[in-house]
Amino acid sequence: MKVEAPGVPQSANPRITLWEIFLTFFVIGATSFGGGVVAYLRNSLVTKKAWLDEDGFMAALEISQALPGLNATNMSVIVGDKLHGPLGAALAFLGMTLPGGIMVLVLGVAYASNQNNAEVNAILKGVGAASVGLLLAVTLQIGHKQLEKIGDLTIVAATLLLVSFLHVSLVVVLLTVAPIAIWLYRPRPASKGAQPS
Amino acid sequence: MSGQLLQLLGIFSLLSILSIGGGTAVLPEMREMTVVQEKWLTDAEFRDVYSIGQIAPGPNMLMVIVLGYKVSGFAGAAVAFAGFFLPCCLIAWGTCRVWNHFEGSPWRLAVQRGLAPLVVGLMAAGMVAIARTAIVGFETTVLAVIVFAALYFGKKVNPALLILGGGVCGWIFMR
Repeated sequence: MKVEAPGVPQSANPRITLWEIFLTFFVIGATSFGGGVVAYLRNSLVTKKAWLDEDGFMAALEISQALPGLNATNMSVIVGDKLHGPLGAALAFLGMTLPGGIMVLVLGVAYASNQNNAEVNAILKGVGAASVGLLLAVTLQIGHKQLEKIGDLTIVAATLLLVSFLHVSLVVVLLTVAPIAIWLYRPRPASKGAQPS
Repeated sequence: MSGQLLQLLGIFSLLSILSIGGGTAVLPEMREMTVVQEKWLTDAEFRDVYSIGQIAPGPNMLMVIVLGYKVSGFAGAAVAFAGFFLPCCLIAWGTCRVWNHFEGSPWRLAVQRGLAPLVVGLMAAGMVAIARTAIVGFETTVLAVIVFAALYFGKKVNPALLILGGGVCGWIFMR
């Protein structure tokens, strides 16, 4: 295992302080309401701060999406590490999660002591229902490409069927569907391209 | 650490490692483990906890803090947070340092393309899991459809406003 391979992370940009990293992610964590943290990240890291260019941002996002974990926290770890090594990663992560985490905890404590309050229940019921609409819209927006090709659509449908209706455990689904899906897109000779069926 | 805290840690660490495709992807498994298996909370409470995560800024999955708090108080909140976020963050940290070695590898593209439809399927399953707890009658169905239509067909509607609007509608119509 290489610990410090030469030239891997271009860490420690001396002009960006740890405090600046923490503060930047704290602001994103405190203002990104309603999901879609990626858009807030791009706006701050690429447009405002110019800590990353568009390619660097997309590269970090690609890794974030292929790995376990939320895009928001994976991005904070990857970008924080790139800017200032492990400490940068830790502070970026804390900045991203502290504001929402504290607020969620305060709301959670208030909820636990007002759980049988009809008004609290009604508000959360409304928020829950609205969230379903939001999740459906986000899934379709992110997945529209995958819903157009028959090979991809089959994988989407199979995954949904296994998890939601056959209640197959997620471990099993990941260990079976992921290898099959990757195999369908396996590298092939250039003449055939990388499209499944 | 008490048995229940260890159990929380185990469940949320496992969910963390399995969360390919983000937080929504593990919602069905999270509900299965916490509501069906452990009976730590009911379906309605699971919906409430998820809704609290929606109201707060930052990643929605900070809801695990509320779930942990409900199970074991402040210690539970801390354990659920650490369990759910530390493993995947360590994986991200380790992987981003070696990922660039695979630049240009055709398998890297295969992994990305192959995982994309799997992730969409898992997100859809997450939506179904929340719908099963949150869609409980006529009013909730109508509200979900309105929010979906506004976001999907509308132009640049701020989702946070719709979520808050959902809370207001709930307060007015669902008491």
